Parts: sequence; C-alpha cells; structure tokens
Amino acid sequence: MTEAIEPLLRVRGLSHRFASAREEGYAVQDADLDLYAGEVVAIVGESGSGKSTLLNCIAGRIAPTRGTVHYRDAGERWLDVRVLSERQQRMLARTEWGFVEQNASDGLRLDVSAGANIGERLMGQGERHYGRLRASAERWMARVELDTARIDDSPRAFSGGMRQRLQIARNLVTHPRLVLLDEPTSGLDVSVQARLLDLIRMLTTRMHLCALIVTHDLGVARLLAQRTLVMRHGRVVEQGLTDRVLDDPQHPYTQLLVSSVVMP
Amino acid sequence: MNATSSPRLSVRGLAKHFTLHLRGGARLQVLRDTWLDVDAGECVALVGASGRGKSTLMKCLFGSYGADAGVLRFESSAGPVDIADASAQRMIELRRRDIAYVSQFLRAVPRVPALDVVAQRLVDAEPLPASDNLDDARHEQRMDLAREAARALLGRLNLPPALWDLPPATFSGGEQQRVNIARGFVQPARLLLLDEPTASLDAANRRVVVELIQEAKAKGAAVVGIFHDEEVRDAVASRCVELQ
Amino acid sequence: MISGYNFAYLDERTKKMIRRALLKAVAIPGHQVPFGSREMPLAYGWGTGGIQVTAAVIGRDDVLKVIDQGSDDTTNAVNIRQFFARTTGVRTTTRTREATLIQTRHRIPETPLAAGQVIVYQVPQPEPLYKLEPRRTETAKLHAAEEYGLMNVKLYEDLAQWGRVETSYDYPVKVDGRYVMAPSPIPAFDNPKMHRMPALQLFGAGREKRLYAIPPYTDVRSLDFEDHPFRVEPHHQACERCGDTASFLDEVADANGQVHRTCSDTDWCADRVDRQHAGRTSP
Repeated sequence: MTEAIEPLLRVRGLSHRFASAREEGYAVQDADLDLYAGEVVAIVGESGSGKSTLLNCIAGRIAPTRGTVHYRDAGERWLDVRVLSERQQRMLARTEWGFVEQNASDGLRLDVSAGANIGERLMGQGERHYGRLRASAERWMARVELDTARIDDSPRAFSGGMRQRLQIARNLVTHPRLVLLDEPTSGLDVSVQARLLDLIRMLTTRMHLCALIVTHDLGVARLLAQRTLVMRHGRVVEQGLTDRVLDDPQHPYTQLLVSSVVMP
Repeated sequence: MNATSSPRLSVRGLAKHFTLHLRGGARLQVLRDTWLDVDAGECVALVGASGRGKSTLMKCLFGSYGADAGVLRFESSAGPVDIADASAQRMIELRRRDIAYVSQFLRAVPRVPALDVVAQRLVDAEPLPASDNLDDARHEQRMDLAREAARALLGRLNLPPALWDLPPATFSGGEQQRVNIARGFVQPARLLLLDEPTASLDAANRRVVVELIQEAKAKGAAVVGIFHDEEVRDAVASRCVELQ
Repeated sequence: MISGYNFAYLDERTKKMIRRALLKAVAIPGHQVPFGSREMPLAYGWGTGGIQVTAAVIGRDDVLKVIDQGSDDTTNAVNIRQFFARTTGVRTTTRTREATLIQTRHRIPETPLAAGQVIVYQVPQPEPLYKLEPRRTETAKLHAAEEYGLMNVKLYEDLAQWGRVETSYDYPVKVDGRYVMAPSPIPAFDNPKMHRMPALQLFGAGREKRLYAIPPYTDVRSLDFEDHPFRVEPHHQACERCGDTASFLDEVADANGQVHRTCSDTDWCADRVDRQHAGRTSP
C-alpha cells in the first residue's frame, strides 16, 4: 500500500533570506514538501516566486536560513542534508542526485567531448575501462536521441536542445534517485521543448526517478508532473495533484495564474 | 453480483462549491448533499440539465476536484478508501489501475504514437512499476504485449491502422476520442468514469463503445457515466440518477 | 663564494620555512604544500621554485649537479650551477654518480639514482587538473576528496581524439595510491623512473608557490585505463654518439636539414663514449 512507502525527501519549514535583503525579504518562507520515488513534482510560479531558491536550497547549493531537508539514501538512511560534510554532499551530488541546469552550458564541460561529458560521473565512480566508458556514453546518447557519431564532438557544436539532452544524459548515467531540474525547457523552441519533455517523462518513468521540476510553464506541469506546488512571494500557496491544482484551484493566486495562461 | 456485499462505490453527503476569487469571491455551490451507490457490474447514468453537477461529481470521484464534505467510499483493490480524504499519493496509485476516466478531451504527451498512448496505460498499470533499470529489451517486451491489446481495441473502434503509429495531436475529434476510449478501457478498472464517451462518434463506433461498456460491467467494473445520447444510455445504464 | 650574501642566498628564516614545508610534503607524498615563495634574482618561469628548494636543502658537503633538458651545459643549467657555486662554495659536477643533489628541468637522468641522493625538479604548473579546472578552490576540494574523475576525463579525451594518450610530457601520476600529481614536464618516457626510486624527489613551483615531494621507495603509477595501460613506446633509434637505443634522444636538424639524434642526458652519453674508448663496452 502506498501509505506505507516512505518519502525520498522531506522538507520542513524551509526558509531562506539572502544576506543582502531587507528584514522582510525572505526568498522562501516555510516551505514543506515530501517527495516520493517514481513521481514527478512541479514547482510553478512567476519570476521572483522563490521557486529556484527553493530548488537550490534542496540541492544543498544554498544553505537555508531555517528549516530542514532530509534525504533517504540508497542505504535507507535518513541524512540531514545541511549537516553533511562538503565531501558527502559532493558525493551525493555525483551519484544519487542529479541537477539539470536551466542553461545547459552551466551543466556541461564545453571543452571536452560529449562522450567525456557523459563518462565523467562514471570515471568519478572508478570506472577505468575506456571501452566500457565509451559504450555507456553511446548508449546514453542514443537514449537521449543524440547522434552517436557525434560522441567525440564538443558540446559547443550542439544546439541548445541537444546540449540540454546531453546534460540530462550526463546526470542520469549514474542512475540517480532524485533529479532536480531548473526550468529545463526555457529558451528552447516549442518543438524542441516537446521532445525534451517526452524524454524526461520517459526516463523518469522507466528509471523510477523522483524528479522535481521548477517551471513557470503550467503546460509543462500538466504534462509531466503528478503533483504541483504553486509558489508566490516565497510561499507555497497551494499544492496537490496537478490536475486538481490546475482544474480546481483554491487559492486566489492559483486561480489568477491558471486563468492567465494563453492556450494555443 | 452478491447483493449483500457493499457497493463498489458509495457516495455520502458529497458537497462541492467553487469560490471564484477573480469574480470578487463569488460562491458557486454545485453539489450540496449528494448520495449515490454503484455496485460492481452496474452502470449508473447521471442525468439532468447542464450545470447540475454531473461532471463535477465525476471529477470529484477521480480526484480532479476536491470535495468540501462527504465521503466517497471506494472498494479499491487494496481495500476501502475514502477518495474525498485520500492523499495525493493514494490517488496517483488508484488512478494507475483501479480508476479510469474517459473525458471529452484527449490529453496526451506530444510525440507518443496513438498505439503507445493506449499501450502505456497497460504497462503503467502493472503491479510493480519499479524501474526496469533501462533494460530496453525487457521494456520492449512489455510494450509489445501491451501493444497487442491496444491494437485489438483500436481495431474494434475502427481507428485506421495507418494512424496507429502517429501522435494523436493531429487527429480529428472523433479519432482522438477513440484513442481516449481505448486508453480508458484497455486496463480493466474497478471504477470507470465516462464523460460523454460517444460524442463525435458515428453509429458504428457508438455500438462498439456500448459493447465495451457491457464487457466492462460483465467483468465487474462499476461504471458511472454521462451519456447525452439516449440510445447509448438506454443500452448500458442499469439505472439513471438525476442530481438535484 | 661571494661575500655579502647568506649561504645559498636565502636567509635562514626562509630556509627554515621551506624545510618545514618540505617535511610536510614528504609526509604526504604527492600533496601540494603552499609555501612563501621568495623573489629570486631571476624571473618566474626560469626555475625559481627549484632553486629555492635546492637552496633550502644544500649543505657544505653536498656535490651539486644541475641539468636542463638532460644537459649540463645549456645556458640555464650553467647559470644555476654557477649561482650555487658562488653563493655556497659547494663542489659542482656533471657526473650523476658523483652528485648528492641534482636540480633538473624537464628530465630525469638516465643513470639510476641511489639512496642518499636528492633530485629537485623545477615545476611550472603544480596542479595536474589545471587545464580542466583552473579554480584553485575547486581543485583543492577535488584533491582532498580524492575526486579524480576529471583527471580521467582528460585521458579519455586524449584517447578519443588521438587514439592514444597525447600527453607526452607532464603525464599525471598517482603517488602512494592517494594523490594525483604533476611530475613536471619530464617526458612520459621518464615516468617509470619515479616509481620506487631510491632517491628523495622534491618538486618546487616558484610562481605558483607550491612544493611537493615523493619519499624514497614510493609507489608512483602513471594514470591510465584498464584497456589502455600506460606504456613507454620504444623509439628504435640509436644515439649517434654512443649508440644507445634505450635512452631518451634529442633530435636536432642541422643547417642542411639533416636530423641528428643524440642522448638528451649528456653525462650519460659522455660516460658511455668514455667507456667505449676505454674498451669496456661495445657500441
């Protein structure tokens, strides 16, 4: 029964105020969230809603002012993400977690080949067989629909959509359990977006990943996420099943957001 | 069906309203105190004028709308559960296998071929949807099995085979509807919610849908439906319920 | 010895600081230790790090050899040797076997070094990950966490682009099974000599202000892949002067465009020639 399954990530009372902000200037306030294996959760909100800050706090890139983030690792141990040593955090970030940057160039090494980009995490885990590394890289390129003949090409020669897919491959090669995606489709053409969303959907399902996607696009949330959180001015104003949040919004802001969406 | 066993679905005192904040907080009470029982193998047709809450009730049953009050007791494969009170995780699980909803629109992921839209439902409903660890061969095996069932269904619904490998986004309304129906029926659900399933279908396909509903009933599904086509309604409904 | 300067040019406090850093370096083989690199009477890039290390360890009874690309008589080697001769009065030599202290740029002598000898390498860039990760803060963390995936990325990249590891100089090594280290721009050909060398190996980078060390008899393994193990390719050429086919050769083209190959290690070559003339070895 689902109820007996423990969440993978538990966020409680997460708040963050940037050092330079005014007294009331909390970027995120009192965010509570549970994430389960095999589900996709979207965080939607407009610019300045705090969604990216929340994501970065969860990822451990920002040390939040208040609140806790607990992660249940592959060994079923609950880890308090904030008290992990930097070394442990880095280890998690390279193995059980993935982070897909909004700008793919930030999440790739542009000066090495596509194959090296994908293989890096494997090499970091001790894989020292060139042939196997290459085979893995090729498999993953095929999976994300990149031409495997370009395995030795630099990502500089790739389009934005291709770079984003490469970034996804680079993150997923170690079969992480939790993947955080920051506006993965922003800046991409619509047809490219569709391809990327389909890929994310397929991979998260087949790998039983837990994915947390920050997006300003409600269509992305509807398409990919089973659950959605709505943020405004740093607070989570509503959360629940995606179709319920979008079809039966309770909070005034959510209603405003949903009614503002331009349908093609 | 055993008449003394509890109904598959038991709605008690369901209330649902909408507060339209964008209209100055206007309050719209759609359901006040709705009661309904549906047994396994039964099809209840919701009737009545528009705006009386038929779709709203269906959406409450699916969890798309949140109930204000009341109990929506459902005999799931894992035991009884109150849908009105269920967690998001529980609803996700119920929608995987036990509850199917055929709405008037087909919402499908952009590039997926019609055949896979249907087959995926079957694969997703398998008891252990754990990671296949990207074992492509095994995944393809599962999909191929599911595709066989999908083909059979799409064939019955007279969807031209030429369309099976195309994404439904460019299909006509009737074609999309048939994909939608196939997806709703391919996995035997315990609760089947049908919102105008035969709109935009011709007579031949309406008959197929009627057959599908009969077969689902025979397999023990509880069906709740809105049918504006009286002929269809008369053919499938065990009884009609008018919402006040 | 010149008057007006301290022994070996550096003041005693500086030497003490460098020695302390060297002790730490020896205790943690391959780990880069920051030190207060001083302004030396020559520009960065000319061996200021190596000179400071030598200056810190040289004693009156030492016998010093200085080579540059294997040769005792290039301008650089001559200048540095004279510098120490004048500031210490210590005996200098070109014979590897006679030296107790050897400062080198870009080569390890062909003559196997013995216990009790010290070799000081001049290092331009002490950070093996520099090209892939220029941020000091980041590489410090990578070394501390033994996160060396990136180093293998470089090797992978070479293999992918060139079919072989292209790094022919300054080929990275793993020291004592722990730290990845830049051996300085010695040819990959010389890397095997570092493994379990009986002599003490010290490394100084003046501009970058780092020094490191490999104590005697330490494991030093060149990084490679399981299916592409590190190998020194035999060159199958012979030195024109002494006939050696196993030593590292310099290639020089003369005015007519003809290529001449001779041993890079001048002492080694001269020694072989002497022995041949004395009839003790065959060409």
